[in-house]
Amino acid sequence: MDAILLQVLNGLDKGGAYALIALGLTLVFGTLGVVNFAHGALFMLGAFCAVALNEALTWEIVTVDPTRTTAWGTPLEVRQPYLEAQFGDFGAFLVDFSVPLAILVAIPFMLLVGVIMERGLVRFFYKRPHAEQILVTFGLAIVLQEIIKSVFGANPIPQGAPDMVAGSADIGAWFGMAGSIIYPWWRIVYFLFSVLIIGIVFAFLNFTTYGMVVRAGMQDRETVGFLGINIQRRFTIVFGIAAVVAGLAGVMYTPILPPDYHLGMDFLVLSFVVVVVGGMGSLSGAVLAGFLLGILQSFASMTEVKAILPGIDQIIIYLVAVIVLLVRPRGLMGRTGIMET
Amino acid sequence: MRKIAISDGDIQVSTRQLPPEGPEPKPITPAAKDWMLFLGFAATVLTMPIWLQPLGAAYPDLLQKFAIFGIFAIGFNILFGLTGYLSFGHAAFLGVGSYAAVWSFKLFTMNVLPAMLLGVLVAGLFALLIGFISLRRAGIYFSILTLAFAQMSYNLAYSVLTPITNGETGLQLRGNDPRYIDRAFGVESVGLPQTNLFGIDMSGYPGFYFCAAVLIVMFLIAMRIFRSPYGLKLRAIKSNQNRMAYTGFNTRPYLLGAFVISGMYAGIAGALLAVTDPLAGAERMQWTASGEVVLMTILGGAGTLIGPFLGATIIKYFENIFSALNEAELASAFSFLPPPLQEFAVTIVNPFVGEGWHLTLGVIFMVIVIFLPGGLVEGFRRIGRLFRGRSGKRTASQAEVQPAE
Amino acid sequence: MSDIVLHVADVQKSFGGLKALTDIELEVEEGKTHAIIGPNGAGKSTLLNVCVGRLAPDHGSVTFKGHVLTGKHPYEINQLGVARVFQTPEIFPDLTLLQNVMVPAFAKRDGAFRMDALRSLERETELCGEADHILEDVGLYRFRHKQASSLSRGDKRRLELAMCLIQHPKLLLLDEPTAGMSRHDTNSTIELLKTIKERGMTKVIIEHDMHVVFSLADRISVLAQGKIIAEGSPEEVRGNPKVQEAYLGGAH
Repeated sequence: MDAILLQVLNGLDKGGAYALIALGLTLVFGTLGVVNFAHGALFMLGAFCAVALNEALTWEIVTVDPTRTTAWGTPLEVRQPYLEAQFGDFGAFLVDFSVPLAILVAIPFMLLVGVIMERGLVRFFYKRPHAEQILVTFGLAIVLQEIIKSVFGANPIPQGAPDMVAGSADIGAWFGMAGSIIYPWWRIVYFLFSVLIIGIVFAFLNFTTYGMVVRAGMQDRETVGFLGINIQRRFTIVFGIAAVVAGLAGVMYTPILPPDYHLGMDFLVLSFVVVVVGGMGSLSGAVLAGFLLGILQSFASMTEVKAILPGIDQIIIYLVAVIVLLVRPRGLMGRTGIMET
Repeated sequence: MRKIAISDGDIQVSTRQLPPEGPEPKPITPAAKDWMLFLGFAATVLTMPIWLQPLGAAYPDLLQKFAIFGIFAIGFNILFGLTGYLSFGHAAFLGVGSYAAVWSFKLFTMNVLPAMLLGVLVAGLFALLIGFISLRRAGIYFSILTLAFAQMSYNLAYSVLTPITNGETGLQLRGNDPRYIDRAFGVESVGLPQTNLFGIDMSGYPGFYFCAAVLIVMFLIAMRIFRSPYGLKLRAIKSNQNRMAYTGFNTRPYLLGAFVISGMYAGIAGALLAVTDPLAGAERMQWTASGEVVLMTILGGAGTLIGPFLGATIIKYFENIFSALNEAELASAFSFLPPPLQEFAVTIVNPFVGEGWHLTLGVIFMVIVIFLPGGLVEGFRRIGRLFRGRSGKRTASQAEVQPAE
Repeated sequence: MSDIVLHVADVQKSFGGLKALTDIELEVEEGKTHAIIGPNGAGKSTLLNVCVGRLAPDHGSVTFKGHVLTGKHPYEINQLGVARVFQTPEIFPDLTLLQNVMVPAFAKRDGAFRMDALRSLERETELCGEADHILEDVGLYRFRHKQASSLSRGDKRRLELAMCLIQHPKLLLLDEPTAGMSRHDTNSTIELLKTIKERGMTKVIIEHDMHVVFSLADRISVLAQGKIIAEGSPEEVRGNPKVQEAYLGGAH
């Protein structure tokens, strides 16, 4: 029982990331009809927003203290984080909270990236074949990841969670269980965060007139266009929102997995699988499938399971995708006939 | 052959102006044109060591890559160019071909022919299996299915299949490999043996000429497929699959055939990689490698005969040139500029070369898809039309049943 | 009395709650042209789709020369000798006209699948000549090396007709073959269809244009709200009060 609960918990944070990326992917597909292979790169860009902010915050100033000398007799160089020098404890606090603070940076940045991408590239591909959409966004994904590589290097850059939530919690105790389930705090934070973002996106789509127009557009683009609503501009915003959601998912994921430049590609393939399993164009399907697959993946990583089916943890998600596509091609909650040709 | 001529009907219209034997005679028949194309291709490939000299690309290692990736792209084009089915998993067949070839070297003999044979067979069977499942879906679902299979192969090659693939280190030759056939014939070697074709060492130029010969044969086969009823039917599937069904064709075996053929081409390319350098690693199967062959094909021109080889050569050439450049070489290349401008130029170009070669690749990719979806061949055609002006119309009417090249 | 080629027996089809077809009984005689007319939304296209295997009926069966068509793949139905012209022309837009016509000829000659990957198209002079003749019959010979996508809508229709004719089908299903054509083109298409009739090809035709229907049909079935409300020779149908009601009351 404990073991099962632990695996479910282990799957939640990864599932949250899958769900957030897949949500944007399917939102863009549903509204704009575009298959965006650069969506994983947006997740990666978000993660590097956190890295960039952290590097900016930990900028050090070097002062030479003439009164003190090193063992070699040269004047001592004093390195001090700029923020601590300027703001004292508050500065240290900022550095500690660099990852959550990066959300504030990521929102405007990712919105900008998304809008530029849609206006500058994607909108020219609405009417072109899906194969060309895939190819051009694939090219863009390569470009984005290579830019990040040339700026930040090829190695993963670990990011710390704030001290407050850095440790682990004994979840077993919360539920009054005998055995203890040790679970990192940050993963709980990530899960709650992803649920929050998903909630915001759904609330936006369901309870604002703006969102309702977008949803109507997902159902029938032409009719909404006839109503005299400028659907184009709304779709630009939708693309921006999808970019922000992917970016935020990336920002918050950095303490769990140190980001490197090909993080986006790794997650992209998985998120496409999630979208397919959930059903192309179905938002709730994407969320459901994201969490399901995350949990499934953590179950497949159990040593007991691997003993029976070696290597299953490596392929489980793809295997599920293949089975779903063959048995139920519209996915868990998708409509039939979307993009079959 | 069943005769189904229409003349038994009573609708002989008096305005008929064509002789019953068929089309009017033409000065150059398409078949003759094809032979010229083929001979030109063969001559171009075989003389690459000469005419690539001034471009600094005439050394065996690189020439081998041109030929090998040319084969890979030509095969990919048979699937993507003719049927329009975009596979994102073809690198898996390349990788499987490599592994099979290296195992042939380890277990049987260092002769390359059995290795090639094994590579093609294993890749073909693998393609049959994956194609059979993936082709149950079309469009993006097909792309995702192939991608999923390729990722599974890649992940498994790194983990549980380590006994077969040797995991991260890659599969390589060892001095104590059994090589039963070689041993049976009393062939012993000191240290690591070399791959050979009945005694001819397959490194350096002999290796290149072997790859080139295979490439020319594979090009000929591809040409025959393009000019066959089968090829026409594949292009009809791409054009309107629905009509194909109502026209009485069972489209799935056609598609599966194209998938397996292109998988076998990838297997040959993979085996040749092992022939020229007997080492196989899982990174060959990664989906970025699949993306690369897509790029080669569309850069040259998907659906054209010569395009994929052109694309493969250009990409491998620039990869070689660009990735070898560094800042110092750039500085000397721009030394004709005044110092501030030189520095500026180096700063601008630097991210695109050396380690940043993939950035250039990505940019090329986007530029081609945005501005020239028909690839370079389409570009040349446009330029040609520009020069020929109105006279292009006449040439078009000579195209006969053949696809325009 | 000639043989029954196509027999639609007791076919029902509904989409959700909507009954598209109810109790459809239809018998088409060999060599005859059978027209199905009716107001918009009467279920004419649905009926044709059931015949070629595009839609599966909820109940009932379709038999063609002793073969049950229901449950068969479209390609199997075609291989039995049933060809179809669609309401919106289904052609191969990326191929030339000649290639468009040659592809169906291969299906007729070689069956549903043949791996002729190393055979040269050059050798197919016989089929090529035949395709030329068919293109001439439909008046498209001079465009034979043009891409099919460049044709006008009316010409695309005639190309599709040529693609069906080259297969010499035993039964030809036509879904509004003259829609979108000029008067002149319509008349030449009627002439063409008449010549086919003289050769004994059985046809089922859906048409709005009464001029076309009465020039071609031997027998007419009138479909309204998914039911056959009248059937008979053109004269019988013309005088049937139920038909007049369906047309005047339903459409206007």
